[in-house]
Amino acid sequence: MEKTASPKVRMPINTYKIVQVTIAVLFIGYLIWRIYALAVIEQVYGADSWLRFAVSGLILGSVYAVIAIGYTLVYGILFMINFAHGEIMMLGAYAGYFTLEALGSWIVDPAAGQAFLNANPVLSIVLAFAVGMTTSTIAGVFLEKIAYRPLRGAPRLVPLISAIGASIFLQNAAQLIFSPRRRDYLNPDILTRNTGWTVVVNSKDVVITYTGVFTFVLSIILLIVLYTIVQRTRMGRAMRAVAEDKKTAALMGIDVDGVISRTFAISGAMGGAAGVMWGIHNGIIYHYVGFIPGLKAFTAAVLGGIGNLPGAMLGGMVLGIVEATGPAILGIPFQLKDVIAFSILVLVLIFRPSGILGEVLTEEKV
Amino acid sequence: MALLEVHNINTFYGNIHALRGVSIEVEEGEIVTLIGGNGAGKSTTLNTISGITPAREGQIIFEGQDITETRPHEIVEKGITQAPEGRRVFARLTVRENLDMGAYTRRDRDGIKESLDAVYEIFPRLKERESQPGGTLSGGEQQMLAIGRALMAQPRLLLLDEPSMGLAPILVQEIFATIERLNETGTTILLVEQNAQVALSICNRGYVLQTGEIVLSGTGGELLANKMVRDAYLGAS
Ligand SMILES: Nc1ncnc2c1ncn2[C@@H]1O[C@H](COP(=O)(O)OP(=O)(O)OP(=O)(O)O)[C@@H](O)[C@H]1O
Ligand SMILES: [Mg+2]
Repeated sequence: MEKTASPKVRMPINTYKIVQVTIAVLFIGYLIWRIYALAVIEQVYGADSWLRFAVSGLILGSVYAVIAIGYTLVYGILFMINFAHGEIMMLGAYAGYFTLEALGSWIVDPAAGQAFLNANPVLSIVLAFAVGMTTSTIAGVFLEKIAYRPLRGAPRLVPLISAIGASIFLQNAAQLIFSPRRRDYLNPDILTRNTGWTVVVNSKDVVITYTGVFTFVLSIILLIVLYTIVQRTRMGRAMRAVAEDKKTAALMGIDVDGVISRTFAISGAMGGAAGVMWGIHNGIIYHYVGFIPGLKAFTAAVLGGIGNLPGAMLGGMVLGIVEATGPAILGIPFQLKDVIAFSILVLVLIFRPSGILGEVLTEEKV
Repeated sequence: MALLEVHNINTFYGNIHALRGVSIEVEEGEIVTLIGGNGAGKSTTLNTISGITPAREGQIIFEGQDITETRPHEIVEKGITQAPEGRRVFARLTVRENLDMGAYTRRDRDGIKESLDAVYEIFPRLKERESQPGGTLSGGEQQMLAIGRALMAQPRLLLLDEPSMGLAPILVQEIFATIERLNETGTTILLVEQNAQVALSICNRGYVLQTGEIVLSGTGGELLANKMVRDAYLGAS
């Protein structure tokens, strides 16, 4: 009985596995061949190029990680994708921009014609982040109150649609209010873009930019702070408890709605910081500046295992590095780096929806 | 005035009328039990008191204050804690973190430490497993953790929903001894139990719930002697 029944049950799983393994083997084989071809046959890129790719990958990856945390925190607690998170980041970028502009036009030393921005560069940067993060925090909390809380308990697709709506609304509102003009981010002189430390590799100069190092270091600090909050503090413990079981959390005396609000606040603060870093490092912002990084970071969160904090960090870093080195390795134009990122999203969703570090979701958790 | 007065509450799940005019009183210092068959509404009664499934009609008064519409976490702050049915341990939090969650509303560090030591004394197993995720404990160990977590709250009124479920007989005794000891040190207890024999023998008073209605009430001794209770809940003994 058992012997005749079980192969029938297992068959589809086996075919699926075979397809999966075949594709994986082909893909890895192709990758190895490409790397061999690059390193031995073509030799288009020298060590200096690879260093440049790696550095830009790490910088990009660290920002993705910070944004991805925002998706994953909210997902961990509400099992919803906050598609408007990229727009939260955009709002932070604008808030930081206006702060820097204001400080840049506030002349404190008329004799030397020096503005506050360069008289107190560190304070100016701190202020830009403070304003950017506060703006995004408030935006995140309001977003939850207006767009998601009334839909609590509705089927999961409903808040998702609301999130997409909120994303479109915020983009258009930003276009109306700030105009569609692209704006140059005003950095203090100590963070002038495209300047930095020069390393000579392969007898060529590789510039490690100040803004890049700044972005990378700040991202890592933010990730550590956030991880510590979630793992070590009373509030973090409450967040994890709410993520697992809202009813029991309430029975422990946790204000579940309050924790959800605070989760959106933290997620927003991370988005705001990412927005200001994006402006400082990339130099240009516009009303949809958060959209693509938002999608990329979402990809990163899924790649690492959505709902999983270390996963989001890892996913962000991996995605950044893959994006920076992928086109060279695969031998395709650099403009196609977005295709690589989103192909990863599709592949992960097909073959391992739980991501690298994620556990397989069980029905009861959903 | 009783510590807890539940007046004529009606609770619904959508169209399901789960509680039909339930009235219960719990005096300060008592152990009161609530017995009844599966689906009678025992858990619903506790959840309505805790504010998880608020009553559509009726009133709940705790220490003279109306808490019918108070939110669950504020009810805990007022001094009512519930150890819910079926363990409900936080699987990804460590044993220690689960116990800390029990003391979430408390601010007295020294007191919390004392409670923690007391819990570890009752369940030494939990101390051994302190830094292990709750989800990796065995079923019985999780039940110990759930009880331990409830003890950490030091409430004025403790609602226990089937605390002996899934435990070996020797531990069941241990749990009931713990409940009595806790009661002696000043915690009032409202106990829901399938194990009616033991529950009725340790309680001051009890209520029998049937399809959402209280059909009988009396002292533990009275209920133990009652023919209907003996037939329906104590088996043929
Ligand atoms: N979430 C819910 N949705 C719909 N109906 C529910 C829900 N929870 C409980 N009920 C119904 O309400 C009634 C009372 O349930 P309750 O859980 O209070 O019973 P109980 O006395 O605790 O039973 P048991 O001894 O099995 O735990 C049952 O008929 C049950 O089916
Ligand atoms: Mg029950």
